[in-house]
Amino acid sequence: MSDMDEMDEGSGIVKKFMFLNRKAPHGTVYALEGLEVVLITAAFDQDVSMVFTDDGVYQLMKGIDTKGIEVKDFSKTYRALEGYDIEKLYVDQASMDARGLTEDDLIVDVTVLPVDEMANLMAEQDVVISF
Amino acid sequence: MLHIVNKSATERSSLESCLRMATKGSAVLLIEDAVCAATSGNAAAAKIQAAAADLKIYALGPDLAARGMAGRVLDGVNVVDYGGFVDLVAEHSNCQSWL
Repeated sequence: MSDMDEMDEGSGIVKKFMFLNRKAPHGTVYALEGLEVVLITAAFDQDVSMVFTDDGVYQLMKGIDTKGIEVKDFSKTYRALEGYDIEKLYVDQASMDARGLTEDDLIVDVTVLPVDEMANLMAEQDVVISF
Repeated sequence: MLHIVNKSATERSSLESCLRMATKGSAVLLIEDAVCAATSGNAAAAKIQAAAADLKIYALGPDLAARGMAGRVLDGVNVVDYGGFVDLVAEHSNCQSWL
């Protein structure tokens, strides 16, 4: 962040943005739209965290194959987030447990947080955007 | 009767409402986000397995695959493709979609 701050020279205020993803992929357009907004935000050099709770954890499943339902498979895009300096990916432990999922089931490396730490992370954000 | 559920059981109450109303011998087809309920470890799995004693439970295969769930389907749940979906609709005299 330090070299970025120098380049900004007062032009940009860096805020803490959390993108909160709570929907399964494909059944609604929220997951895909959320991902696209995150990629746009990355262009503005903000401090971005992506959080996956509730059915949102399903967005990160390995082995997704959308050929049969003829929609775009955007799950590989989560692996590209690192290239946009979006490296803070958090997953809610209880949501994983309620769906029988473990970190090994997910397509990207994430930090799994217990609910109290997730709550604190949310509370310290400047902006929370929910999908 | 064929009951069709398309909402995730961990987000909406559609599946629960469906299972409450479905009479013995009826068929329940899970499609779209609802297919996740028929996978091992899901919070709704026990409900699905209990319901399978009196109901025929189906899940749409292409929707399972699109959610990375093809290998996690519960025992007692029948996976069908789109042709099977059409057959189920044709076989039953009436159907209810729990939107």
